Amino acid sequence: MSSDFLIPFYVILVVAACTFLTRFLPFALFGGGKEVPVLVKTLGDLLPPAVIAILVVYCLKGVSLMVAPHGFPEFIAVAIVALLHIWKRNNLLSIGGGTLLYMVLIQVVFI
Amino acid sequence: MKRETLKYAFIQTLPVLFGYVFMGMAFGILLEKAGYNFIWAFFISMIIYAGSMQFVLIGLLGGGMGLLSLIVLTLSVQSRHIFYGLSFIEKFKAMGKWGWYMIFSLTDETYSLLCGMNIPKELNQKQVFFTVAALDQSYWIIGCTLGAVIGSFIGFDTTGIDFAMTALFVVIFIEQWYSYQSHLPALVGTVCGVASLVVFGAGAFILPALIASVGLLLIFKNSIKQGENQEVCQ
Repeated sequence: MSSDFLIPFYVILVVAACTFLTRFLPFALFGGGKEVPVLVKTLGDLLPPAVIAILVVYCLKGVSLMVAPHGFPEFIAVAIVALLHIWKRNNLLSIGGGTLLYMVLIQVVFI
Repeated sequence: MKRETLKYAFIQTLPVLFGYVFMGMAFGILLEKAGYNFIWAFFISMIIYAGSMQFVLIGLLGGGMGLLSLIVLTLSVQSRHIFYGLSFIEKFKAMGKWGWYMIFSLTDETYSLLCGMNIPKELNQKQVFFTVAALDQSYWIIGCTLGAVIGSFIGFDTTGIDFAMTALFVVIFIEQWYSYQSHLPALVGTVCGVASLVVFGAGAFILPALIASVGLLLIFKNSIKQGENQEVCQ
């Protein structure tokens, strides 16, 4: 079998195993009524917002500020998503509206 | 299974039906655009079954990321799940072998449904739990697979549609900004992410950013108000 098939297959298996591990961990560790370690609790509590922030950066990592259009489409679209969401708190509107705007920006406006 | 159980579970899961089918389709379209057809979409939504992580996964399928980074990234993205299980240890244990599926399928949405339900006395709680979890995953699988099928037929120029993933994370970022007492974790992540990107470059920034965030959060943990951030589910 070619690596075009095997590499994605292995990546999926690793991600599936790690995802299941995070869901299974509380049952494995604390199934016997043991107290949850403070460190685990702290990280489970504080890490998610930090990870989401890093993922936003991850999505924008390919943007080049030095080369035209200098990241304008991305930053305009991110700002619109944020404003729409703060205004209406509707996921469909914020994600759909922002994505459509971005597509128009890079296909029509900044070419 | 009783008809009433299925009916009750279906009504409970209606909000998730729309959310999952829509987000699943967005995932399927992006996956198809990245060169993986609906069979991959079906397989991924079947065995991984995670929203944010599946979107991140699309960029990783090519194999550019090292194994350690991949493991640390997945564990970090999914770290919030450690909390969800804590509320259901006894209940899932009592479900025997069905409990394994409950553990596997405990997504954000299923968790909040299981927390919020007032199951009528005449219904079997275990059957309702399992039916809700299974319905939710079936919506997700349908959405993801359908999206990939539709993606292969889309005639117009889809350049830029991958921005949906960026938009999704911006939306989650804002939701967490509102629901968390302290904004320090979000700020720590932003600063570590940007700093690490500048220092290590686009190809290798994510692992240092995660490690630095964990370190800083542990250092600052005493100055961050804790305990009020999580919705306690009993």
